[in-house]
Amino acid sequence: MAAQGTYVRIVKDRLFYTLVILLAACSIIPLALILYYITVKGFNAINWEFIASLPKPVGEAGGGISNAIVGTLMLVIIASCFAIPIGVMTGVFLSENKNRKIAHVIRSAVEILMGIPSIILGIIAYAWVVMPMGGFSALSGGVALAIMMLPVIIRSTEETLKLIPNDLKEASLAIGVPYYRTILKVIIPAGLSGIITGALLGVARIAGETAPLLFTAFGSPWMNFNIFEPVNSMPLLIYYYATSPYEDWHSIAWGASFVLVVFILGLNLIVKLVTRK
Amino acid sequence: MKNIILRTDKLSAYFGKEEVIKKVSVSFEKNKVTAIMGPSGCGKTTLIRTINRMHELTPGATISGKIYLNDEDISSMNPILVRRKIGMVFQRPNPFPTMSIFENVIAGYKLNSISLSRDERNTIVEDSLKKAALWDEVRDILHRKGTFLSGGQQQRLCIARALAMKPDLILLDEPTSALDPKATASIEELIISLKDTVTILIVTHNTAQAARVSNFTAFMYLGELIEFGTTTKMFTVPDNKKTEEYLTGKFG
Repeated sequence: MAAQGTYVRIVKDRLFYTLVILLAACSIIPLALILYYITVKGFNAINWEFIASLPKPVGEAGGGISNAIVGTLMLVIIASCFAIPIGVMTGVFLSENKNRKIAHVIRSAVEILMGIPSIILGIIAYAWVVMPMGGFSALSGGVALAIMMLPVIIRSTEETLKLIPNDLKEASLAIGVPYYRTILKVIIPAGLSGIITGALLGVARIAGETAPLLFTAFGSPWMNFNIFEPVNSMPLLIYYYATSPYEDWHSIAWGASFVLVVFILGLNLIVKLVTRK
Repeated sequence: MKNIILRTDKLSAYFGKEEVIKKVSVSFEKNKVTAIMGPSGCGKTTLIRTINRMHELTPGATISGKIYLNDEDISSMNPILVRRKIGMVFQRPNPFPTMSIFENVIAGYKLNSISLSRDERNTIVEDSLKKAALWDEVRDILHRKGTFLSGGQQQRLCIARALAMKPDLILLDEPTSALDPKATASIEELIISLKDTVTILIVTHNTAQAARVSNFTAFMYLGELIEFGTTTKMFTVPDNKKTEEYLTGKFG
């Protein structure tokens, strides 16, 4: 009787263990499939012309995504210019004033901001930038993406700076360095790898965003370097091309997806390398 | 009394409403080592943190009474200048992790953007490291990170960093409590060798250390200054019963 009970328990144990492994394996299946599909469908579309030339009108063969690559880079740079200084300073404030009421309020606000659907941020940027300036622009897209980036940067800056021992701040203050220089020249450099990680994660988060760009950056078939004009971006291009009825546009969308995924994976790998050090 | 570099007058320090130092009036002589000892929580660290105005950086921390550095009331001086004149070395060695050994020594100038010629910089670094008895060990590796050194070397680097500012006074807050006996011995030797050129206040909970390195000793208990006098006298014929009990290991 007792021996039988033990046997049942061992079987249950095995079953459970197998189940855990199977379910864990399931969680990597989507990523594996995405990478497989995008590589199979997209890799063949990639060549120098694809990267370096502009999209062609319907019916003409070939054409590339150069304007979308440039546009995405512009959007990322604009968003970073807004989000990195504001985010890092907010992170510094939160880690320096951990227990103040205002810090709790800001922390909750940042959490809520993280959960706001990205299309809402697009509408906000539309109301703040597009309407007053009278037209779609790279700048407005950058603002929408900056708001998306902010929580990631704030969080990682705060978490990084919290781990820096207070001794270091005191060491600097004790040799007569003013507070602001202590923050800028001792504390931030000591946490730089964490802050850079946060910025890269922020970039990885926004580089693939479509929704906030629909009515801000808007998309454009031309090359544009002017931040006050509409600009194309990788996700927008994929969105328009994949929903078009033309077969060769579909293959361009796959190619662009491949490039975008490689870019974002690359950023994540860099983050992994930086944080391992 | 002559040659008084620093004196406190009815100095009290508070964390919120709690009084952690109670009306301490004491004078420290120039170019001498004064040890401040007492059991944990007696306020000895707080006392030296009031002297370079680090105490007031803690939220809710305040003081009453006066501190005079060379007869000048430090509460009327800019705290940043006070801290340049009064160096401090902490319990745990804390060199700047992003800086080389050279940059760590010169950090007080570098971080304050005080411009120096290359020669001046080299001289200050060499002098400070020599005074801190670290020069021979690091002269060929000045470009390496300060955190690369051993704990005892890091602590001497921190002393060199404080000396580089040419302070009137340096405060050592239990500088050997995180170090092994060998490193402790080297720091103690260093303190003894420094006393001709700088005034040193050293907080320690190690009575033997106080006896070895100091000229004067202050004994604190529960925030009060119980006894102050020459080290020789205090370790042989203390005036106060509490001091005697502490020194003989009856409490603390």
